[in-house]
Amino acid sequence: MKAAAVVLLMVSSVAGAACGRRQAPPVTVPTPPPTAGPPAVTAAPPPPPQRVEEALPVPPEPLAEDGLASRSLDELNRDSPFTPAFFALDSADRDEAARAVVVANAELLRRYPTWVVTIEGHCDERGTAEYNLALGERRAVAVKTYLVSLGIAPDRLRTISYGQEFPFDPGHDEAAWAKNRRAHFVITAK
Amino acid sequence: MRNMNDIWTGNLKVSGCLVAAIAAALAAAVVAGGLPPSTIARGALSEVEGQATGQAPAPPPASQAPQQPPEVSLVISGDPGTPPRYAVPDFVALSPDAAEMARTIAQVLWDDLAFERDFYMIPRDTYATVPAAQSAAQIPFDRWRELGADAVVFGTVRRTGDEVRVEVRLFAVRTRQQVFGKEYTGTAANPRLYAHTASDEIHLQQRNLRGVARTKLTFSSDRNRERVAGPIDNREVKEIYISDYDGANQRRITTSRQLNINPSWSPDARALAYTTFGPIPDIFISYLYRGVRENPTRGRGTNYLPVFSPDGTRIAFMSGRDGNPEIYVVNVDGSNLRRITNHPAGDTTPTWSPTGTQIAFVSDRAGAPQIYIVGADGLNLRRLTSESHADRPTWSPAPFNEIAFTARTGPGYDIKVYDLATGMTRRITFGEGSNESPAYAPNGKHLAFMSTRAGRYQVFTIGRDGRGVRQVTREGGNFTPAWSN
Repeated sequence: MKAAAVVLLMVSSVAGAACGRRQAPPVTVPTPPPTAGPPAVTAAPPPPPQRVEEALPVPPEPLAEDGLASRSLDELNRDSPFTPAFFALDSADRDEAARAVVVANAELLRRYPTWVVTIEGHCDERGTAEYNLALGERRAVAVKTYLVSLGIAPDRLRTISYGQEFPFDPGHDEAAWAKNRRAHFVITAK
Repeated sequence: MRNMNDIWTGNLKVSGCLVAAIAAALAAAVVAGGLPPSTIARGALSEVEGQATGQAPAPPPASQAPQQPPEVSLVISGDPGTPPRYAVPDFVALSPDAAEMARTIAQVLWDDLAFERDFYMIPRDTYATVPAAQSAAQIPFDRWRELGADAVVFGTVRRTGDEVRVEVRLFAVRTRQQVFGKEYTGTAANPRLYAHTASDEIHLQQRNLRGVARTKLTFSSDRNRERVAGPIDNREVKEIYISDYDGANQRRITTSRQLNINPSWSPDARALAYTTFGPIPDIFISYLYRGVRENPTRGRGTNYLPVFSPDGTRIAFMSGRDGNPEIYVVNVDGSNLRRITNHPAGDTTPTWSPTGTQIAFVSDRAGAPQIYIVGADGLNLRRLTSESHADRPTWSPAPFNEIAFTARTGPGYDIKVYDLATGMTRRITFGEGSNESPAYAPNGKHLAFMSTRAGRYQVFTIGRDGRGVRQVTREGGNFTPAWSN
């Protein structure tokens, strides 16, 4: 309760500053400066608090001792830094988990801007062989589309569908099928 | 479509000129085009008998007019309401090194004649009581009659080096008349081909039926257990294979050590179109007799599931080149690319109507994938099926007017047939394993499909009435068959 009151006080104080109401702090509550930084000191109508941020860090060049940068394509793909995006049965829709995975993979693609990847669409064995080629195609394209919307250049992303040809788990149960309904990232150039 | 005249115009010497491995794989087919037959007319019977008994072998006429259309009087009938009962005893070896061939040809001819189920074939292991005839004059018709035979085949095989001469005659047991007689020559490379040729000709003469004994199947197989070159484990290659319709003479066609899937025959049975993952999936056409491989889709986008148009000039296929699976048509030389479908859902798995004016395909635009028909111009779309999941339509040849397809019937799939005239759907398989990817035989009476009923996926054939299942492949896993003309 008490904490909530303090928070309320802080919020109202900040809101007051933002609204440009007269600052008359008879009781100075030592509010920890919000990330907004030092408050405006001019007497004139105070501008809204200026957000100060660090300059964007220069994208770090992969260092020589960077484990990923020094690995060969084969090594990279054998123990891939990319996480596959998984799909629901007979669906190419990106659910929340799949979107989170693609966002993380986009970050990796930004960090290694020379990497070119092939997004492989895969299906479980419960569909038919031919239809699964189309379903895998749509899964791969769905992931590519999302990556492009996140700012990754489309020419770094190829899509193919393996349908049900190459299951990652050869099992015949739901656990195996769930692993096999996926968009798998393969690094094809670095 | 191959017609009878084509078959007789080949030259045996051709097979000696073929040197490439791919040509070797197809030597059998070339021999098929190079058998110069000579008709044994009924009037020449005594002359042939002299040869059969080993006296003064008379050279057969080098070439005569093809067999005339059957006369009604030459057709052997069975008891009313039942198919005629045929017996095919071992052929007579006229030279010592022809003994094995004589047995093989008889067994294969029995199998071929049994396949169409237009004849009742008397099991060969019941012939022991019938004395073997060394000449046509010795055929014990009375004993065959006791066995219930309406027709009996008498054949001889003579081998001279690599040259083989095979005589096949069909007798009506009741009248003791010869109703069919042909002599074939060729190499000793594939004795089964003599039986296949005789079977097709007997079916044509006796039943006015186009037999399929000389047709071939193609399918993809992982039997080599090789791995795709690359960093990801457990990716086995699939290569394209062909075989005779009965599974004999299985030959590997592709050697790319990549994923090669979904082969389909050109209508002249001289080329195969298929998808190769290199690793980008693209369509290739292998011209088997020329040893040439072409790429009509030219590496643009991803391309899958090619099928030749009935006139052999175009390929229909599925492609993701415009960002979504759609159906396209392109000329085999890569020209005149046209998009047939345009829908944000997935459109896939095309097949042509026998006239080439329509394309059946699969779309999930209504939710579950269903079979649709559209004109080859992209107009007049029509939905056919209401299954929980349908795929791989394949259009029957005339006179049948039906589309076979894969339908989910439980956890697995079965082959169903949609009759275009009545709109009725019937089932061909009934839950024995999962059954997928039907492909019609050129006479429409049979389907090839893949099934897990014997373990891993294997290729089987089955009658369009759902009877007469035969397993074609056994080695490794074998997938998505197509049947040649």
